[in-house]
Amino acid sequence: MFTSVDDVSARLAETGYLASPAVATTVFLADRLGKPLLVEGPAGVGKTELAKAVAEVAGARLVRLQCYEGVDESRALYEWNHAKQLLRISAGRDETWDETRTDIFSEEFLLTRPLLTAIRGDEPKVLLIDETDKADVEVEGLLLEVLSDFQVTVPELGTITATRRPFVVLTSNASRELSEALRRRCLFLHIGFPEEELERRIVRLKVPGLDEALARSVVRVVGALRAMDLRKVPSVAETIDWARTLLALGADTLDETVVRATLGVLLKHQDDVLKATAKLDLDAL
Amino acid sequence: MTTPAGVAERLTSLVGALRAHGIRIGTGETVDAARAVEALGLADRELLREGLAATLLHGPGGRQVFDPVFDLYFPRGVGRPEERAAGRDDLRDRLAAALAADDQVLLGRLAVEAVDGFGGYGSAPESDGWSSYQTLERLRPQTLLARVRDDVRGRGGGEGFADRLLEDEIRRRIETFRALVAAEARRRVAERRGRDEIARRAVAPTVDQVEFLFAGKARLAELRRTVQPLARKLATRLAARRRRASRGAIDLRRTLRGSLSTGGVPMKPVLRRRRPVRPELVLLCDVSGSVSGFSDFTMLLVQALHDQFSKVRVFAFVNRIDEVTGLLRHGTADPEGLSARIQAEATLTGWHGSSDYGMALGEFAERHGDAVGPRTTVFVLGDARTNMSDPNLPAVRQIAERARRVYWLNPEQRSRWGTGDSAAPAYAELVEMHECRTVRQLSVLVGRLLPV
Repeated sequence: MFTSVDDVSARLAETGYLASPAVATTVFLADRLGKPLLVEGPAGVGKTELAKAVAEVAGARLVRLQCYEGVDESRALYEWNHAKQLLRISAGRDETWDETRTDIFSEEFLLTRPLLTAIRGDEPKVLLIDETDKADVEVEGLLLEVLSDFQVTVPELGTITATRRPFVVLTSNASRELSEALRRRCLFLHIGFPEEELERRIVRLKVPGLDEALARSVVRVVGALRAMDLRKVPSVAETIDWARTLLALGADTLDETVVRATLGVLLKHQDDVLKATAKLDLDAL
Repeated sequence: MTTPAGVAERLTSLVGALRAHGIRIGTGETVDAARAVEALGLADRELLREGLAATLLHGPGGRQVFDPVFDLYFPRGVGRPEERAAGRDDLRDRLAAALAADDQVLLGRLAVEAVDGFGGYGSAPESDGWSSYQTLERLRPQTLLARVRDDVRGRGGGEGFADRLLEDEIRRRIETFRALVAAEARRRVAERRGRDEIARRAVAPTVDQVEFLFAGKARLAELRRTVQPLARKLATRLAARRRRASRGAIDLRRTLRGSLSTGGVPMKPVLRRRRPVRPELVLLCDVSGSVSGFSDFTMLLVQALHDQFSKVRVFAFVNRIDEVTGLLRHGTADPEGLSARIQAEATLTGWHGSSDYGMALGEFAERHGDAVGPRTTVFVLGDARTNMSDPNLPAVRQIAERARRVYWLNPEQRSRWGTGDSAAPAYAELVEMHECRTVRQLSVLVGRLLPV
């Protein structure tokens, strides 16, 4: 899919995703080694966006499995369409049982769910397993077979093996420790907060109307907030929101009043707002 | 594999060093790492670093160990730099310029020069070496702050609102430089003493393996930052345990009663219903100097978990005991000041300042005995060093009788229990005592022992 790490950065940038060297390297390796990519990091740094960008670059279809507590085989893998099977049985009254049986367990009555969809068919696909940590431990066991051999066993149909391996991205917010077995099958990528220069470029790209000097100040203030010991530090998503807010307010430079008025966009806890106000000397008027 | 022969060897010794630090890496990952080297080539060191990290590590925790070890096995350069540093003042001038421009590459080169110029000590081949401490003492990069700041402002880089952040930014850049110097000094020593040994000894362990009793100030601050994520993880684990527990065991009486309608054959097992009561928790924490790091951390952790319990009460003691629940609730916004505030606002010491478990536990049983009931789980945190005074076992027995469970978490190594003035074995006979030296141990214990 990619020829070099620089190629990855350049092509992701075309879709509007600016990747740090770490991200680009790992995506390149995931493609080369054919291994799933496990992405961890704080909320709002673009974990899901990465999968979407890769899909766009590769011209692939994005298949998404959103995990939640209680997601199970029939939601993740496949399910038989019972209602349709019943209709089929009652429609063919004078058939023998053997005919009916071979017929109702055929592809026509199979409802494919994301994992099976991703490994069937010849078109390129990107499989995004979002918020893996929200799923129960049992689902991880299910993922192991799919991710290591790219095959799924349906008892009535046999084993379905991927003719073309999808590019797999798993994301996690680390609210639960994923099992060692799952981690070992993946390349691990931790997306942290970007460097100042990269974040400035991201802000400029996402909020084109913002002028260079203001973007620089915005990123510096956010950097300072991240260095404070806050309950919830602002993420890239918040930086962009803030930049949009400033643009909407028509502020062309930062000053105490503007920052104090818009701090709520960046910080989501009252404790944090108070602490930041004190540390940034916003009271000094 | 078409990797050069030396690289494979170097890679396996890198893996060996990481394993020695408790990072689990299988052969499969090592092979993947070699394939990554093949795919990426050796031209760009930073790409190689990211590639190896992606293939060898499985979690964010290992990165802190990985980076210094990587620097040792795949160093930026070998031997000494080509040009010698001209002199201290010249180097400081160039350092100031690099700090003002925030030029990472230049900072790295300056760190190499600085260690070469000022870090060497000793002259005999066995006793000489390179010291980052000595380098930084001679160079004193922290004193450049004012100069760099004025320089940046002078060039118009510090206009407007963001100007007030400048000093902190420069401080962070200076910290980066110090880390670079430390890495370079380690590399020079490693060339001399053998890489494997330095990788094992001079690289700090991951934060969850630091022993509470020996953690420095910076390490403790780092630990405190892990409280919230750890609490979230433990809360999920507790919730899962609670769900599983609520399925419960078979209620034999009601199953048999139900079986009467099917002629005595128990067709439907009836599960025991659990009353949805949230358990209560009482913490008794030794906050005397020797173990305060451990107690602080555990208190914050339990406070972060407070919504899992109907009631959490925290008591602190040195040789007298006092309730600090309220202080703790307000303390989560400012965890660094917590221990200072507890020392200042609670009555923890009587006539002297050293810890006395007998006195404190006796006072607890006497004055706060009503805090402990049949639904309460009590955790005692401390090293059980009584300074030779009476351990007051009857008080502990009394608490243990009233409470649902009592656990004692001891931050000392098990082999040292009972040495000197430690009354640990005596207490361990009455209540369940666990060794709890690191965050890793603590999180396992908390996940297992906390009532659901």
